Amino acid sequence: MSTSTTATVNTKWWSGGKSPFNVEYGKLMMWYFLMSDAFTFGAFLIAYGTTRFATAGWPNPNEVFKSYPFAGENANAPLVFVSIMTFILIISSVTMVLAVKAGQEMNKKAVVNNLILTILGGLAFLSCQAWEWTHLFHEGAWWGRNPFLNADGTQSTTNFTNFFFTITGFHGFHVFSGVIINIVMLIMTLMDKFEQRGHYLMIEKAGLYWHFVDLVWVFVFTCFYLI
Amino acid sequence: MEHTSHVEHHEDGKKEVLRVTLILSVLTIIELALGFLMMHVDAQGTRLLIKGVIVILMMAKAFYIVGYFMHLKHEIRNMIMTIVVPLLLFVWFIGAFLYDGNSFKNLRMTYDSHKKEMSTKKVEKKEEMKETPEVKKAVE
Repeated sequence: MSTSTTATVNTKWWSGGKSPFNVEYGKLMMWYFLMSDAFTFGAFLIAYGTTRFATAGWPNPNEVFKSYPFAGENANAPLVFVSIMTFILIISSVTMVLAVKAGQEMNKKAVVNNLILTILGGLAFLSCQAWEWTHLFHEGAWWGRNPFLNADGTQSTTNFTNFFFTITGFHGFHVFSGVIINIVMLIMTLMDKFEQRGHYLMIEKAGLYWHFVDLVWVFVFTCFYLI
Repeated sequence: MEHTSHVEHHEDGKKEVLRVTLILSVLTIIELALGFLMMHVDAQGTRLLIKGVIVILMMAKAFYIVGYFMHLKHEIRNMIMTIVVPLLLFVWFIGAFLYDGNSFKNLRMTYDSHKKEMSTKKVEKKEEMKETPEVKKAVE
């Protein structure tokens, strides 16, 4: 679906009657919504970074996030669980790309299969995040409650847990809404709505949203767990 | 939007998806490896360097997800610009605010003696830990 550059030179894109970017209105508007959401997440993450830079001591993420489901009391596996979550989301993004491709080829069966896989990936990620939140909660962490010490042994700030739960919560909410959107897309596909329309453009727009959610997670997990 | 029915075209598309998936996976693995490495590094300078590399890898991942998965690379150039140019605001945004945060910390450590004291007072590890550390741990 690439646009040939020679066509760009000869075509009058701004003379009216067609989209100057050769893209459907809804798709362009989804891009611009994602831009606004990017700045919202960016603002949250930069607020986190500013606060962290303004604070003398901070908990060591490898001490805080070191468990995984069914690990038991003395788990010491930093980065393991969050790596699994990251790969789940990346793979769900790949299946979404394949769903979009299948839509472009008007292959309803493949669209359905790949949408189902994407939805399952999203649900798996949400389950992991729910476990992480529950685990931290049982250790005494919540908005306004930080049971962890700084890396240097000094008293830590509640900013740590406040930012963690707010930003991962906001992201998780986006994953949740993305799963809902994908389920709606699946139902519409099964009902032959897109076959009737003659195109699967709606899947492309849902795909953009899902990739955005994956992209934000790349930034969130890097900021909280890695650096 | 009609697609050409050439099988090669679809095959190329699939190959690109697999290629980008592989690149993203490798970048993620390298990031995680650097994260593990950093656990054994104490020197602040080296840690900062590794963090810088991780951030660069993160930007590369963003490029691949946005360019290929979200298909932006294949769109019309002017449309790409309407997305990319505003996002360059982030360069200023991040730099300015992190610099500001750092400056705030330095000012606090210089002029707020209570904050400075709290930043060196270690909490004594007891079974029940108080919220306000009353006990000062002897620093040898």
